[in-house]
Amino acid sequence: MIRKRTRRPLLLTLSVVTVAVALVPVAYLTIRTAEAGWARIAQEVFTVRTARLAVRTLGLAAVVTAACAVLGVSSAFLVVRTDLPGRRLFAVLAALPLAVPTYIAAFAWRSSIDGFEGFWAAALVLTLCSYPYVFLPTAAALINADPAQEEVSRSLGRSAWRTFTGVTLRQVRPAYAAGSLLVALYVLSDFGAVSIVRTDTFTRAVFVAFDLGFDRTGALVLSTVLVVLTMLVLAGETATRRRGARYAHLGGTRRAAARLRLGRARWPAAAALTAVAGLALGVTAVSLGLRMVQGVSRPGAWAEVAAAMGNSLWLSFAGAALTMALALPLGLLTAKAPGPLATLLDRLAYVSHALPGVVIGLSLVSFGVTLAYPLYQTTWLLALGYAALFLPLALAAVTGAAAQAPPVLEDVARSLGRGPLGVLRTVTLPLVLPGIGAGAALVFLTCMKELPATLLLRPTGVDTLATELWTHTTVAAYAAAAPYAALLVLLSSVPAWLLTARTGILTAETSR
Amino acid sequence: MLAGCGGTPENEPAAAGADKKITVYSGRSESLVKPLLERFTQETGIAVEARYGNTAAMAGQLLEEGDRSPADAFFAQDAGALGAVAKKGMFATIPDDVAAKVPEIYRAGSKEWVGVTARSRVLVYNPDLVAEADLPKSVFDLTKPEWKGKVGVAPTNASFQAFVTAIRVQHGEEKAKEFLAGLQANDPQIREGNGPILEEVNEGKVAVGLINHYYLGELAAERGTTPDQLKAKLHFFPDGDTGALVNVAGVGVLKKAAENPHVREFVTYLLSEDAQKYFAEETNEYPVVAGVDPPAYVPPLDQLTAPDVDLNDLDELEATIALIKESGLVP
Repeated sequence: MIRKRTRRPLLLTLSVVTVAVALVPVAYLTIRTAEAGWARIAQEVFTVRTARLAVRTLGLAAVVTAACAVLGVSSAFLVVRTDLPGRRLFAVLAALPLAVPTYIAAFAWRSSIDGFEGFWAAALVLTLCSYPYVFLPTAAALINADPAQEEVSRSLGRSAWRTFTGVTLRQVRPAYAAGSLLVALYVLSDFGAVSIVRTDTFTRAVFVAFDLGFDRTGALVLSTVLVVLTMLVLAGETATRRRGARYAHLGGTRRAAARLRLGRARWPAAAALTAVAGLALGVTAVSLGLRMVQGVSRPGAWAEVAAAMGNSLWLSFAGAALTMALALPLGLLTAKAPGPLATLLDRLAYVSHALPGVVIGLSLVSFGVTLAYPLYQTTWLLALGYAALFLPLALAAVTGAAAQAPPVLEDVARSLGRGPLGVLRTVTLPLVLPGIGAGAALVFLTCMKELPATLLLRPTGVDTLATELWTHTTVAAYAAAAPYAALLVLLSSVPAWLLTARTGILTAETSR
Repeated sequence: MLAGCGGTPENEPAAAGADKKITVYSGRSESLVKPLLERFTQETGIAVEARYGNTAAMAGQLLEEGDRSPADAFFAQDAGALGAVAKKGMFATIPDDVAAKVPEIYRAGSKEWVGVTARSRVLVYNPDLVAEADLPKSVFDLTKPEWKGKVGVAPTNASFQAFVTAIRVQHGEEKAKEFLAGLQANDPQIREGNGPILEEVNEGKVAVGLINHYYLGELAAERGTTPDQLKAKLHFFPDGDTGALVNVAGVGVLKKAAENPHVREFVTYLLSEDAQKYFAEETNEYPVVAGVDPPAYVPPLDQLTAPDVDLNDLDELEATIALIKESGLVP
């Protein structure tokens, strides 16, 4: 069916607002970098050091992304499409690492293994913390994929493996590609893990520049290079994206694909997933526990812990709500009115995602002080900072859900005389609601873990679990910090669990 | 109450006047500073809105905020950060009678900030791995072959860069460059901060490390013991060696609060006997005000033979950073 290209002025206007928020940090960087002057830029950028940093940063992003793709897709396939024992448990375990901040995981590994540092150490920690970004969307896509194509492939004599690589992987490509992009950008922005295991990436260099002589200009010039690297990654991803047709289920009940019998590989596969979960979660849990037992420092009174918890929940809620409100129009625009303009806007919203939190924080300090003083050091400026940082997480979820909703339903509603807002309220929104829920859960738990921007933008006097954790670890009071870390992980695992449930794994029928 | 009458009204936030409230940006840890601020409020009735953060990021924040900063005072972990803010002309001069409490060597010559506590650079060592007799006489000995692979350093740390600046001031660029190159060539154990270095020395994983003295007190507190019960011991470099640099944590007052009596009272309080005692006992630092005893596990400040370096010269950081970057010790 050929749809008339509808112009969507409302969506477009709102999307431009969204992109403007995402570009606040970039605007700030541009101004500050320009102020630095050409000589300073050249002195900072065109050096062997910068080239080395760029190569190492991109290398780390490539290694972690590839590892997450393999780990995420294979565990999703094992959990969704095979007769693996304990599938539901493994599904939850594969999502839970999202709840562990990389700085906690890296610290745990570093204090458990002597000499745990360098490129491969960083790659290991980042992979173990980020593969859920690939696992979750891939699992959801595997559940929703139409099994008919695979059945045809098998009936035409293709082996199980060739069917997997030739048909199944292609079907879920948009899902794992979107997840992998998030992983790549996350690696570019990560500071926690790389600083603790000492791998010199751009983000670490930016932080070091701040610490070394409070060199704001040097730090910001380096951040601008990071934005350029991000654009390269985005351009690469956009160029390799295939413009395949989208298949939507219309009518009938959803049919589950037949589960592959693993046979003798059943238990080894389960053992492998257990090992991954042990590395991703067990090391951190044991190390935190030991710290708690060894130390005598104690956290503040329960009232203080409860206040930090309440603040974390409230700030993350505000951040998630604002981020979703901003992401929704752009996500809908990308799904409903695709085209070069929508693609451009969508990509622009990703540009700030790889910037270190301290840069996002400073850019919003500058924005707040000069343009939005009444908002300065209030929850809402911090929420805006979270939005600038985490829009892509929300966008990926909304776009994915909106793309799966059959467009024909909206056309029918329009043809029956509903206005655009009526269609939005009664048809579109309910259809993308699961995507909004997933995006909100992901943004929420990411806000909970965020530290550098939170420190710079929080209302004065407001402590969160992440800031308390930081406060105590800076004075070696690890035992006092451990309960905050445990609470942070525990509270974050609720949205992580919701995300798992949303994929449908937990309720998927167990047909063989 | 005369509060606020002295200041220009448009610069004076309403809050600073009537309800006795000041805003302090603290680059020092909340767990250390908060109890002290509570005592201050109890004694003076002046409420403190405290904002905690990383000293370097906070200096960046103040520079972004400029004239519109809500802060009245900046309590920083490091003299370098105070210098960076002072350089932008954001600090007011601290009144003479307050500044006079602090010995000249521990405050800015311009009186734009004053030191509140002092900390000494030390070599922490594990006696199982290094006999006391074998300890180096000078920090420069650490580049010798016998120390290969044995020295823990945290080159991204602000106190390390202050130390390198001190080498430049005392011995010149060449010597600093030579030292950094020698350190880098000697397979140093680079760590993210002083805390991890101390822990590894204490556990016998690293033989010696360059840190600040008070970390030993922090680790002892966390382990529920006293510093002398820990395996790790402190070595103060003798004879005015640069390795024994004494640096300060200090406070500066933002220009808009220049005339604010509550802010003045706050700075005065930080230099009071009470507060100085608190720092000695709780944060294990040296008091800068005469007549207050230092922590028990370190020799008193006047017995240290600190190098003859003017802290005001330590704000010339750019060349230091260039040297540290060049050495390859940091990214």
